[in-house]
Amino acid sequence: MHLAYPAVLAVLLFCTGLYGVLARRNAILVLMSVELMLNAVNLNLVAFDVWLRDTLHGGQALTLFTIAIAAAEIGIGLAIVLAVYRNRGTSDIDRLRDTAEDPGPDPAEPEDPAAPAQKAEAAA
Amino acid sequence: MSATLAQAALTAPQGFLSPNGVEIAFLLVGIATLGAAVMTVTTRQLVHAALWLVVALGGLAVEYLLLTAEFIAWVQVLIYVGSIVVLLLFGLMLTKAPIGRSPDADSGNRWVALAVAVAAAGTLVWVVVDAFRTSWIDLDGPAQGSTKVSGEILFRHWVLPFEALSVLLLAALVGAIVLSRKSAPDDAPGDAPAAAPRETESR
Amino acid sequence: MTTTTLAVLVPLLPFLGAAAGLLLGRRAPGFVRPLAVLPTFAAFVLAVVVAVDQGGGKAIDAATRLTPTGSVPIELALHLDGFAVLVAVLVGLVATCVQLYSTGYLRDDPRYTSYAALVSLFTSAMLLVVYSGDLMVLLVGWEIMGICSYFLVGHYWETPEARAASLKAFLVTKLGDVPFLIGLFALATDAGTFRITGVVQAALTGGIDHPTLIALLLLAGVAGKSAQFPLHTWLPDAMAGPTPVSALIHAATMVAAGIYFVARLLPVFAASAAAMTVLAVMAAITMVGSGLAALAQDDIKRVLAYSTIGQLGYLSGALAVGDRGAAVFHLLSHGAFKALLFLAAGVVIHAAGTNSLTAMSRMGGLAKRVPDAFWTMTVALLALAAIPPFAGFFSKEAVLSAAEHTALGESQVAPSGAGWVVLIAGLLAALLTAAYATRLWLLAFRGRGAEAPDHGRQPFVMNAVLWVLAIPSIGFGLTTGYLGDWFDGRALTPAVTTAVLSTGVALVGGLVTYAAWRHTSALAARTPMGAVAAHPEGDGSLVEEEAIASHTAVYGDIASAPDPADPGRLLLGPLHRHAATGFHLDAVYSALFVRPVLAAAELVRFLDREVVETYVRAAGAGPRWLGRAVRRAQNGNVQSYLSALLAGSLVLAAAVVVLANVTAGS
Repeated sequence: MHLAYPAVLAVLLFCTGLYGVLARRNAILVLMSVELMLNAVNLNLVAFDVWLRDTLHGGQALTLFTIAIAAAEIGIGLAIVLAVYRNRGTSDIDRLRDTAEDPGPDPAEPEDPAAPAQKAEAAA
Repeated sequence: MSATLAQAALTAPQGFLSPNGVEIAFLLVGIATLGAAVMTVTTRQLVHAALWLVVALGGLAVEYLLLTAEFIAWVQVLIYVGSIVVLLLFGLMLTKAPIGRSPDADSGNRWVALAVAVAAAGTLVWVVVDAFRTSWIDLDGPAQGSTKVSGEILFRHWVLPFEALSVLLLAALVGAIVLSRKSAPDDAPGDAPAAAPRETESR
Repeated sequence: MTTTTLAVLVPLLPFLGAAAGLLLGRRAPGFVRPLAVLPTFAAFVLAVVVAVDQGGGKAIDAATRLTPTGSVPIELALHLDGFAVLVAVLVGLVATCVQLYSTGYLRDDPRYTSYAALVSLFTSAMLLVVYSGDLMVLLVGWEIMGICSYFLVGHYWETPEARAASLKAFLVTKLGDVPFLIGLFALATDAGTFRITGVVQAALTGGIDHPTLIALLLLAGVAGKSAQFPLHTWLPDAMAGPTPVSALIHAATMVAAGIYFVARLLPVFAASAAAMTVLAVMAAITMVGSGLAALAQDDIKRVLAYSTIGQLGYLSGALAVGDRGAAVFHLLSHGAFKALLFLAAGVVIHAAGTNSLTAMSRMGGLAKRVPDAFWTMTVALLALAAIPPFAGFFSKEAVLSAAEHTALGESQVAPSGAGWVVLIAGLLAALLTAAYATRLWLLAFRGRGAEAPDHGRQPFVMNAVLWVLAIPSIGFGLTTGYLGDWFDGRALTPAVTTAVLSTGVALVGGLVTYAAWRHTSALAARTPMGAVAAHPEGDGSLVEEEAIASHTAVYGDIASAPDPADPGRLLLGPLHRHAATGFHLDAVYSALFVRPVLAAAELVRFLDREVVETYVRAAGAGPRWLGRAVRRAQNGNVQSYLSALLAGSLVLAAAVVVLANVTAGS
C-alpha cells in the first residue's frame, strides 16, 4: 500500500483536530478535538511501524502507550473542566479570560475582591 | 479478504492512478473517517459531536486493521470508543451541555482557526506527499500487529515503560479524583459561603 | 617669634576672623564687630612689625612642602622683600580703616555679619597674594579675591544694578584669569618651578623659552584684575557695591594685586620687549581714556572709579618702563589717598543723600555739614592731582621720571618707545586728572542752592578713619628719600623737568576746569535737577543703596546726567557723550560677546527643546504605542494565543522546508 495514504489521512485528521482545538468554544469539544489529534499521531505511528518493519515494534508499543496516556489525559481534563464549571458556571474556553491584560466586566463572575483568591484556590 | 487484496497489490503496477483493493478500501474508510472528524469539529449539537467522534474513532480502528495492526485496532475500539467517548458524554452531561443545536458552539476564533488549520494541512500534505512519493508499505508476510506479536514485544522489550505507564495511570486516577471532588466541609470558612451561591445558581 | 612666623600670622588672622565671624555671627551678634576689626588690626600691626624686621634688607624666603605635587612642586612659600612688606602694611592699614569705617557706615545693615567676614577674607586673600612666594599659592589668594569681590559688589543685591555689576565683575575678571592660569602653567613649565624666586632667576638667566607668549597671557589676567584697558569695564559698574568695599577694592586689594604681580615678576615681562610695549600702550590708553571718562561721569563714585583706572594706568606705565620701585611707590600712596577719597565720598553721599554730582551742585553748605570729609577729601584730591607737597606728587613724579629715563635711553630695561608712550600719556593724564579732581571738588562742595539735608553728625569712627588716612596722603612724600632702598635701590626723588612739567599741566587742568565751572555754574540755578534720598536717621549704606537704585530712574542713565551746568560737558564738547558711556566699550562687548553668546544659547535651547526633545519624546512614544498594540493581543483568550503560536511555528516550518528544498535543488 502506498505510504502516502495513511500519512495524508493522518495529516488531515490532525489538522481537523487542530481546527477543533482552536475554534471550539466548549471545553469538552476541545478535548474531543485533542483526541482526534492524538489519533492522527497514532495512525502515523502504526503506519510507519508497519512500513519500517521494526523488530521492536516501537510504533505499535508507543501507540498503546499513547492510548493509555490519552485515557489518563481525558480523565484529568474532564476533572479540570468540571472543576472550572463548578466554579464559574461555564465551560466556555473564551470566557475564561483571567489572564487578560485588562479584564473587562466578566458576565460570569460577580465583582467581588475575593474572587481572584478563590479562583486560585479552585484552580489548585 | 486481505490475502487476496495483498496478492493483487503485489501483481498490480504500483501507482496513484491504479490503486489496488486495500488502497481503495483504505481510501474509502479514510474519507468516511475524515468526514466524521470534520463533523465532530463543526457540528452545533454537542452530543452529536461525541457521536461523530465515535464514528471517526471506529473508522480509525478499521484503518488499523487494514494496516494489519489488529491488537491496536481492538484496543482502539475498547478504550476510545468504549470508555473515552463515554467519559466525554458524561462530561457533557455534567456540565449541563444543551441538547440540540447550540448557536455558540464555535468561538469567535474560528476563522483564524480555519486559516491556521488549512495552512497547516496544506503545508503538511505537501511535505508528506513530497517525502513519501515513492514509499510503499509491504503488507505481506506475517501480521505485524497480531495480539501475540504485540504481547511479546510489549512484555519483552517494553516492560519498563509499560510499568511506568501504570504509575502514570494511577497518578491520573488520583488527580482526577482530587480535582473533581467538591470542596470539603472543613475548608476555609470564608470560601464556602462565597462559593455556595454560585453553585446553587449554576445547578 | 621669628619674622617668618609673624608673616604667616598676617594673612592667617583675618582668615580666622572671617571664619569665626561667619560661624558665630548669628549666635553672638555682639562679637561680630570685634571679630571684624580686631584680627584685621592685629594683622596690620603684625605687618608693620614684619616690615620693621625686614627693614628693606635682604629678602626673607621660607618654604614648606605639604605634599608632593608632581613634576613641578608647589610649596607654601613666603617671599618677604621690601615690596611685599610695604604693600602688606598698606593693605593692613586700608583694611583696618575700612573695617572701622564699615562699623559706622553699615551700622544698621542686616547683612553686616557676612559683609564683615567677606571683607576679612578679602584682606586675608590679598595678604596671601602679597606675601606668597609661590605662584600657585598666589593664585589661591587671587581667586579668593575674585569670588569675594563678587559677593561684596553684590552686597545690595536687591538692586538690579548691583546684581549685574557683581556678575560682570566676576565674569570679566575670570575672562582674564583663564589666560592668566594658562600663562602661569606655561611659566612654571619653562622655569621648572612655581617659586617666584626660581622663576625670576630663570627669567634673568634667559631660562624662559617663550617670554612674549607667557607675558601676554599673564597680562590678560593682570588687565582683568587691575582693571586695565580693555578689561576695565567691570570697575565703574562695581560702584554699585557699598563705598567701603569700593575703597578696599580700589585702594589696596584687588586692583593692586595685578600691579603687584607684575612688579613681582617684572624680569619675566622685561624679557620680552613686545610685552613691555603692549603694557605701555595698554597703560597709555587706560590713562587717557579713563581721564576723559572720569570727566563725564555724574556719579561721584564712578568718577573715583575711573580715576582709579587712570592711576592704575600710571602703575602699569611705571612697570612698562621697568621701574617697579616707582610703581609700588605710587601704589602705596595711591592706596592711601584713594581709600581716603572713597571713604570721604561715602560720608558725602550719606550727608547729601545722593551720589549724583548734579544734585550736589545744586546743594549749598555741604562742606559745612561734613567738615571732616570736606577737608580730608580736599587733601586727597590734591594728592590725586599730584600737587606738591602731597603724596601723589612724589609718587607720580617717580613714575614720570622713570618714563623719561627710559624714553631718553638712560634705562635699558624697556624699549624707549614704551618710555615715550608712557611719558606723553602720563602728562596728558596728569592734565585730565587735575581737571576731573577739580570738577569733582567744585561740584560737590561749591554747589549753590538749597541747604543740604541734615543727617546729623557722622559717626565718630568714620571721621577718625578719614583723618588717619589723611596723614599718609599728606606726608607720604617725605619718605621718598628712604623708600628707594626698600625697593630696587633706585632713587625715587623727583626730577626737575618732569616735576615742573607735570605740576604745570596739572595746574593748567585745574584752572581751566575752574574757569569752565565759573562759566557754567550760572546755569545751574536755572535748571533745577536732581533727586535726594534723605534718611536722617538711616546709616550710610541705606542712603547709598537708594541713591544707586534711583540714579537711572531720575537721570535715565547710570553714569551721566543731562546737566547743562556740568563743566565737564563744556570741556569735553562732543566727546562728552562717548566719554560718559566709557567710550561705548560695553556696547562693543555686548555686540562682540554677549549677543553671540546669547544667540548661541538660544540656538542650543532651540536644539534641545525642539530637536533633541523630539527624539526623546519619540523614543518614549514609540515603545508606548508598541506596548499599546501588543497589549491588545493580551486578551486572555487561550485559543487566540494558541492560534498565534501555531501560525508562527507553521511559518517557521514552511520556511525550513522551503529553504531545505531550495538548498537541495541548488
